Amino acid sequence: MKQTPKSNRLSIAGTMAVRILFAVAAAFPIVFMLVSSLKPDQQIFGDMSSVAAFLPIGNISFDNYAAVFDRVPAARFLMNSIGISAITVVLGIFVNSLCAFALSRMEVRGKKIVFTAILATLIVPFQTLALPLVWWVNQLPYFELNGFSLEFSKGWLDTYQVQIIPFIANAFSIYLFHQYFESIPKELDEAARIDGAGWFKIYRQVVMPLSGPATATVAILTFLPAWNSYLWPLMVVQSEELRPVMIGIQYFFQLNVSWGEVMAYASLITVPVVVLFIAFQRSFVNSIASSGVKG
Amino acid sequence: MTTTQLPPNPGRRVAAPAPAAPPSKPHRRPRYLREQLSGWAMIAPAAALLLLFVFLPAILGFGLAFTNARLVSPRPVEFVGTDNFVRLFTDPTFWRALLNVSYFAVVVVPVQSGLALAMALLINKKFRGVNFFRTLYFLPVVTSMVVVSLLWLFMYRKDGLINEFLSAASFGLIDGPDWLNDPATAMPAIIILSIWQAAGFHMIIWLAGLQSISGELYEAAQLDGASRWHQFRYVTWPGLKHTRTLIMVTITIQALGLFDQVSVMTQGGPLDSTTTIIFEAVRSGFKQQETSYASAISLVFFVLVLLISAVQRYLTREKD
Repeated sequence: MKQTPKSNRLSIAGTMAVRILFAVAAAFPIVFMLVSSLKPDQQIFGDMSSVAAFLPIGNISFDNYAAVFDRVPAARFLMNSIGISAITVVLGIFVNSLCAFALSRMEVRGKKIVFTAILATLIVPFQTLALPLVWWVNQLPYFELNGFSLEFSKGWLDTYQVQIIPFIANAFSIYLFHQYFESIPKELDEAARIDGAGWFKIYRQVVMPLSGPATATVAILTFLPAWNSYLWPLMVVQSEELRPVMIGIQYFFQLNVSWGEVMAYASLITVPVVVLFIAFQRSFVNSIASSGVKG
Repeated sequence: MTTTQLPPNPGRRVAAPAPAAPPSKPHRRPRYLREQLSGWAMIAPAAALLLLFVFLPAILGFGLAFTNARLVSPRPVEFVGTDNFVRLFTDPTFWRALLNVSYFAVVVVPVQSGLALAMALLINKKFRGVNFFRTLYFLPVVTSMVVVSLLWLFMYRKDGLINEFLSAASFGLIDGPDWLNDPATAMPAIIILSIWQAAGFHMIIWLAGLQSISGELYEAAQLDGASRWHQFRYVTWPGLKHTRTLIMVTITIQALGLFDQVSVMTQGGPLDSTTTIIFEAVRSGFKQQETSYASAISLVFFVLVLLISAVQRYLTREKD
């Protein structure tokens, strides 16, 4: 290896120091949260003025976590969020890729107008829709199969479906799938058609198996807002048993519990996402990078 | 695999030399019809959902803003003209909210995009541990804003981590403020945590922009003896033009939509110093159930967003 000049080595060390500074700034609150979740309040405040605030030392236990589950139905909140996010992701992938498939690979009359209309919805931020949407879902009918009789009710407020159905179709997911499908050679469809495959079979057995990266991107971009959802459930969910985790933690916080317990709940709903992120880092980064094109 | 040579004329289907061609190919007409039908069947679910949950509410929102609609009310909805807007534009809280989000945007847009660019430049080149740093820089982004708000609410206490740190770092000289209960420091406090949470997101978008700049340009610059600053100034910066506008616009729109932090940490207080447009919309539309007034606020917010998008169009237009 070539000998690096001294000034150059200095600048390399300087760059590394800045990198570490940023890393500390990014990580310290999260470390503080995790460490505090293991301590009783008295010790959290005692350690606050020293580096001990970031070290899991002293009186360490999982008591705060146990207390979270004792005080509120935290397991229920977690299951709600897991269920809501999972259903939104699965149905979202299906509905949006199906739509993008027809728009990209089939000769459907009027598809240009439909695609333009879908893309036009991208300029409307959710916050502008949220308030009229609350009023609107409260007017919508819903039916329930009760035994053998079909029962109709009015208003979607305070239900599971109001937390799922409005978020299944997504213009940006359709756009991402469309972009990706365009890069898959159309000759494959032709070949499958000659073999007698119908359109749905081509979608399911030819195009979707080749679209892993696009599916992963859409899955992540659907999962994160569903898991982090706050503004919407704050307005449409009242019953305790329907609450997702983010509403659950705010409610928990308002019970005037100890800080250690709040940090335990916070860690509980953060760690799974961090683990997912570390496991699928490349997909996460790609999906954020692709969301950059949304302008 | 077919190894048949394709004729130069791609328009005509070639009769494949398969030994047993299907006896009767479907006729052109039914096939066309079937393609239309299956196509529309595949488009329909997404199209119907978007119609129901984006288009209709958007149009409704526009209409409701000119009525007296309430979330739950036995009275029929009546047209009231521009009453809601007159009330809105004479409401000092609304102007305060507009001022607050402008303040937030004016600080957050340059600082957050600048820090994000710095982070992107720090990890753009491959080095040992680059993944470790990228993971750490990105960690706040995968933490939800509600969790981040609660966490910083704890750290911003009078006797919290931030003030303890300030005191220790200044050898007891600085006695930190009661961040969130002081009208002067509440918004800066929210600004700091917002930047902390979101900078990693825009770092990734900067990185994508950086990686789209051709390496040859840097080699050419180095051959010409350009310093690192000159390389940044004359290669990197112009190469990021598109990314730059994009990031400015997305951060501005996000900043105008500020809500979660305020809702968790301050409820708009103290003395309206942290209230925002969306927070006011939720307060009137949800807590006071005045859907019409909230729709008017949402409409004003939408017009602001459109204006910013239009400015972006103008700035990124192709110059001939």
